Amino acid sequence: MYGGGNTFESIKATGLENEDPIKLAEFEARIERGEKIEPHDWMPQLYRKQLIRMIEQHAHSEIIGALPEGTWITRAPGFKRKLALMAKVQDEVGHAQLLYGAAETLGKPREQMLDDLVSGKSKYSNIFNYPAFTWADSCFISWLVDAGAIVNQLANARGSYGPYCRALERICAEESFHLKYGHHCVIHLATGTEKQREMMQAAINRWWAPMMHFFGPADKASVHSEILMRWKVKMSSNDEQRNQFLDMYVPKIWELGFTIPDPKLGKNEATGKWEYTEPDWEEFKRVINGDGPCNAERLAVRRTAEERGRWVRQALLAPKTQYVAPLA
Amino acid sequence: MNEITIKELLYKIADDQLILGHRNSEWTGFGPLLEEDIAFSSMAQDKVGQSQAMYQLLHELGEAEPDTVAFMRNEDQFHNCQLTELPNGEYDFSLIRHFLFDFAYAIRFEMLANSSYEPLAKLSKKIQGELRYHTMHANTWIKQLGSATEESISRLQNSLNEAMPYSLGIFEPSPYEAELKSEGIFEGEEVLKEKWLAKITDVINQTQLQMPDISTLTPKYGGRKGKHTEHLQPLLDEMAEVFRIDPTADW
Repeated sequence: MYGGGNTFESIKATGLENEDPIKLAEFEARIERGEKIEPHDWMPQLYRKQLIRMIEQHAHSEIIGALPEGTWITRAPGFKRKLALMAKVQDEVGHAQLLYGAAETLGKPREQMLDDLVSGKSKYSNIFNYPAFTWADSCFISWLVDAGAIVNQLANARGSYGPYCRALERICAEESFHLKYGHHCVIHLATGTEKQREMMQAAINRWWAPMMHFFGPADKASVHSEILMRWKVKMSSNDEQRNQFLDMYVPKIWELGFTIPDPKLGKNEATGKWEYTEPDWEEFKRVINGDGPCNAERLAVRRTAEERGRWVRQALLAPKTQYVAPLA
Repeated sequence: MNEITIKELLYKIADDQLILGHRNSEWTGFGPLLEEDIAFSSMAQDKVGQSQAMYQLLHELGEAEPDTVAFMRNEDQFHNCQLTELPNGEYDFSLIRHFLFDFAYAIRFEMLANSSYEPLAKLSKKIQGELRYHTMHANTWIKQLGSATEESISRLQNSLNEAMPYSLGIFEPSPYEAELKSEGIFEGEEVLKEKWLAKITDVINQTQLQMPDISTLTPKYGGRKGKHTEHLQPLLDEMAEVFRIDPTADW
């Protein structure tokens, strides 16, 4: 987890007229040939800015995503689940570490990224602004939110920026274990007692809308991103990713005997595309702009962690600093 | 060999590991640095895994399944020392507790690696290797923060003073000390405590922290007999919240 659903703002000014045209042409030709761009290579300002924004959002999503699932570490039923969930959420924090490292290669320090997260300046995946009420919610996240993230990350791993691609390759390898863990948990609930099945069905009902939002607004309504596609920053469209996810996972959910709260959901065999009720994009906008069920709580937790840990980070920065009384 | 003697020893070790492992896992998502979230999670996984292996030994001696033992008992049936159940507090307290506890356990497992009780000796040899990383981690941080800024030094000192009486509770004597010793199962809490004191004093002396005078302190005993602070039962309730919805269900 937990990338995906990156939000791109419309690019009002590309600033490309200020770039050296020869270097720009060379840069685009390299990407066209499938070469990776490395930290010390020349790159247009816009490329740098958009990548920082995307990788940073992804890193934030990893640490914020650790919160709803982390709640269930101390409640996981039995040793097997407790140990697996600890390891899983630990992986996610490790992914954040890798991703902040990748973003730092573009010139923005980790501390500054974390400041921008707690101040609300930078975003994270919208889905983590919803609460995980029950154990089954945590199982939904481990299986299906991770599955959605893998769809997004496998695409991005083919992108043009070397450090991000390498981080994603490592991340995807771990994600595949998370997916297995999540699926295993859901199968146990599906084949368990009546109560367990009800818990899981309720979780699916709660999480379906946020899951559809996860991949971002419909292509026809979303920001034009041709230049980001050409530069291999954005690798596939929101609708393509959503369709791929539905194609892979809806049959698996149905196979377990669960229903999905969308009467229109079904595959159009003629087009090969999934059809569904258009998600409520007004809600999506509201939540992403801060007015979701858990936005304030998630950021407050993060802010508290940052504040409580400040003395530790300061002590590391200046191990020899001594308090000196001012000379009056 | 008396099984009651062995069981008493195994229970307290297993319960200590489970409860502190659980506390360590509470740092996930809240650490002062991402690297510390990850480190505390690793230690949590090791400890919970070690407790499971100990409960498995108990199961082989006729006790219930590890899941049942861990998730279905109440506080008065737990034998962990009170140090392990105290809330995490600020990072300085968690770090000091980790330092005091893990040195004691590194030595405990080193001693138990020579136990005449073969299954325990075998398991202790394996755990010893894991514990080496825990003490290395504690050492690095205590040395660094214990000599860094005025704030870090005073925070660590306060936590050290607060945790010390509880850490002496790790060595609460067992009713079976003589038997454990004469049968070659375990050399005893007193020997362990002396070795531990030498180790931690050595590390503390390399920092700007002061070692509290333990002769003036009253050890916080009771945990080994099922007497706990107000913090343990809520922890157990939380831990078993899902499991107890249906203890016979397969989760």
